[in-house]
Amino acid sequence: MNTLETYLVVAAVLFCLGLLGVLQRRNLIGILISIELMLNGANINFMAFNRFLAPEPAVGQIIALFVMGLAAAEAAIGLSIILALFRRLHSINIERAQRLRG
Amino acid sequence: MSFPGVENLAQMAFWVTLGFTLTGAFIAVFPRNILYNVLGLSLCLAGIGGIYLCLGSFFIALMQWLIYIGAITIAIVFAIMLSRPLYTAVPERKVPKVALATAAGAVFLVAVLGVIFKTNWKPAVERGKDWSVAAIGHLLLTRYDLVFEVISLVLLVAIIGAIVTAGYSRRLS
Repeated sequence: MNTLETYLVVAAVLFCLGLLGVLQRRNLIGILISIELMLNGANINFMAFNRFLAPEPAVGQIIALFVMGLAAAEAAIGLSIILALFRRLHSINIERAQRLRG
Repeated sequence: MSFPGVENLAQMAFWVTLGFTLTGAFIAVFPRNILYNVLGLSLCLAGIGGIYLCLGSFFIALMQWLIYIGAITIAIVFAIMLSRPLYTAVPERKVPKVALATAAGAVFLVAVLGVIFKTNWKPAVERGKDWSVAAIGHLLLTRYDLVFEVISLVLLVAIIGAIVTAGYSRRLS
């Protein structure tokens, strides 16, 4: 039923799916999509703790809002880097972008 | 007075939303066609908005639908449109990489599940009841105003940086 654990398990599953995507994909846009999944898993955690445990109900919502703002900034920067990389390499496969390889 | 069916209906809606969210997440990660991934991501994000609604915050659910589905998903679709032609073949995935990634994800999931079920969660002693948007706005402009300003600055710099990165690369190539 609607307990804290239900929400936490959903958040953990989303986070692990995102982690799996980041590790196994080679398409840069696919990696970006997986990062969005991970951020959303963390956000669900904040909202669930806010609903069930926290002393002030506004604080968790504010943190969720901040995470959304940072996710928007990250998506804008990431997508523009992907476009620049595509113009230079004619590919968005991450294994081709190896000039800075250490 | 209360209707006995309403509780069950809300419960059912919650589980359906959960199903949509997890299905969307699977579609976002596993298919190799990037367009399916984006559609799955938007389904998953819409479901997460529904979960926020179940958690009692209509405002954050609206923000989720507006920012994530209205802005970020659309931006990703634009990036797909501007980058790789959809008809070119995608390279096959390497088996060891997929196996290692799955193992890492599974280990992490088991660890987090262990933490979730072994911890004895205790609610705070005194819990406020103020769920209004006015309280959020008040806290944003008093206790968290520095964070608020910094996030605005980060967004501004990100927008300028995105324009410069995408624009200069065109001039260079």
